[in-house]
Amino acid sequence: MNNHIVKSYDAEFQELDRLTAHMGGLAEKLLADAFAALERRDPNLAAAAVSSDKAIDTLEQQVQERAILMIAKRQPLANDLRHIMTVLKIAGDLERIGDLAKNIAKRALAVSGESHPKPLMNGLRHMSELAMRQLKDALDALSTRDAAKAREVWHSDAGLDALYNSVFRELLTYMMEDPRNIGLCTHLLFGAKNIERIGDHTTNIAENVLYLVEGVAMTDERPKSDDTSSMVLSARPA
Amino acid sequence: MDMTAAKRLEAERIAPVTQAGLPAKVVARDANVYYGEKHALKSVNVDIPDRGVTAFIGPSGCGKSTFLRCINRMNDTISSCRVTGNITIDNRDIYDPSLDVVQLRARVGMVFQKPNPFPKSIYDNVAYGPKIHGLARSKADLDEIVSASLEKAGLWNEVKDRLLDSGTGLSGGQQQRLCIARAIAVNPEVILMDEPCSALDPIATAKVETLIDELRANYCIIIVTHSMQQAARVSQRTAFFHLGTLVEEGPTEKIFSSPSDPRTQDYITGRIG
Repeated sequence: MNNHIVKSYDAEFQELDRLTAHMGGLAEKLLADAFAALERRDPNLAAAAVSSDKAIDTLEQQVQERAILMIAKRQPLANDLRHIMTVLKIAGDLERIGDLAKNIAKRALAVSGESHPKPLMNGLRHMSELAMRQLKDALDALSTRDAAKAREVWHSDAGLDALYNSVFRELLTYMMEDPRNIGLCTHLLFGAKNIERIGDHTTNIAENVLYLVEGVAMTDERPKSDDTSSMVLSARPA
Repeated sequence: MDMTAAKRLEAERIAPVTQAGLPAKVVARDANVYYGEKHALKSVNVDIPDRGVTAFIGPSGCGKSTFLRCINRMNDTISSCRVTGNITIDNRDIYDPSLDVVQLRARVGMVFQKPNPFPKSIYDNVAYGPKIHGLARSKADLDEIVSASLEKAGLWNEVKDRLLDSGTGLSGGQQQRLCIARAIAVNPEVILMDEPCSALDPIATAKVETLIDELRANYCIIIVTHSMQQAARVSQRTAFFHLGTLVEEGPTEKIFSSPSDPRTQDYITGRIG
C-alpha cells in the first residue's frame, strides 16, 4: 500500500502509522498498569501510570499536526483520505482511552491505603482483561488492515457491557452488606464504568478500521447491553 | 412481448435514463476510436446525464480527450481517425451520414485548454456564432444575445464598457470566460471542456469553476481535467479512463472516497500515472 509515485508521501504515511501504533502501545500499557495498581494497591505504579498519560496526549497532538499537514500538502483521495481521517479519529479514541485509564490509576491511588477483600476485584479483573484483549485486537486489526478481526471486536463489546452490568450489581450488593465498603466500592464502580467506556472507544476504533478497509461506514446498530442506567436495586428485600 | 413492455422500451428509446436516474443526454455504446493502426479508445459504454457535470479523468494518453472529441466529431478533422460503435445525443446517432456536422457542433459547444478568442472585438467574438447560424434577426437581437451570453459567462460587468476592444487584450481568465460566452451564444445543449483551467491562475480557475457550477442547471457539461480536486469540486459524476478503456464511471463522491476499481484508486491517489 506504500507505493506512491511521490516517495516522501509514503514516508509520511509510515510516520503517521508509527505514531498511532506508539500511541496504541502506550494506551494498552497504561490500562494494564492502572488496573494492576488498583488490584495490588501499588501507589508507585499508580502514580507512574497517571504521569504516562501525558505522552499519549503529546502523541495525539503530533498525529493531528501531521494529518493536517498531509491533507494540506497532498490533497489525499480515496483510501489515502480514509487512512488519514481514520488515523485522526483513532488517535482521538486512544487519547480518551488514556484519560479513562488514567482515571482508574487515580482511583487506585485513592484506595491504595484501604484493604479490600479479594472477591471484590474479580469482576473488575474480568472486565479489564476483556477490555485489554479487545483493545489489542482492535490495534492489531488496524495495523494489519484486518476487517474480519475489526468486526469481531465490534461484536464483542456486548460481552463487556454484560460484564459491567454484573459488576455493577455485585458492587451494590457489597455496599448493602456493609456500609464500610461504600467508599471503596464507589471507586471500583467508577473504575468499572471507565473500563466499559474504554470498550466503547475500542468499538469506535474497530468501526474506523472497517471504514478504512472497506470504504463503507458501519451502519449496523451497535450491540448494546449496558443497562445500568436504568437499573434499580431495592435496599430492602420485598 | 406484451404491450406495456413494448411501451416501456419505446419510452426508454425516447428518453434513456442514466444509472443515477437522470435523463441521459449523450450515450455511447461500444465506441471505438482508431488512429491508423492504434486502437486509442476501446469499447466505451457510458450514459452521460443532462443538466449536470461529468468529469473525465485519467493519465495522459488514456483516451479521455479522444472520447470528448468524438462527441462533437472533432476527430473528423484527423484523416487517420476512425470511429466505430454508436454515439447518440438525445437518441440521435451523431455519426449518421445525413447529419449536418456544422449543426452538430452548434449543439455541442467546446472550450479548449488554451483560451483562443478570435482576433476580433469582444462583441464580435460572441456575435460570430449566432450570426453565421442565423440566430439573430436584427442588430437588437444580436445585442441581446451578446449581452445575455456574457452575462451567463459572468463576464458582462467586466467588459460591458469595452465591447469593441479586442478579445485578445483580456486577461487569460477573462479570455477563457469569453470563450465560454462564445460557446453558449449559439444555444448549445452540450458543452465540452478540455482542461479549461489548466492555463489559468487559481482566482481565474475559481471563477470558471463557479461558472461551470451555474451552467450545469441548463446544460450537459463534460469536462476533461487533470486536477483531481477540480473534478471532485465541479462534477457530479466522474469517469476514469486508463489505457483507452473506461475503467469506472459513477457518482463523483464515490469515485473519490471509495472507488470500486483498484486502478481508479491507484490513479487518484498518485500510485500509477
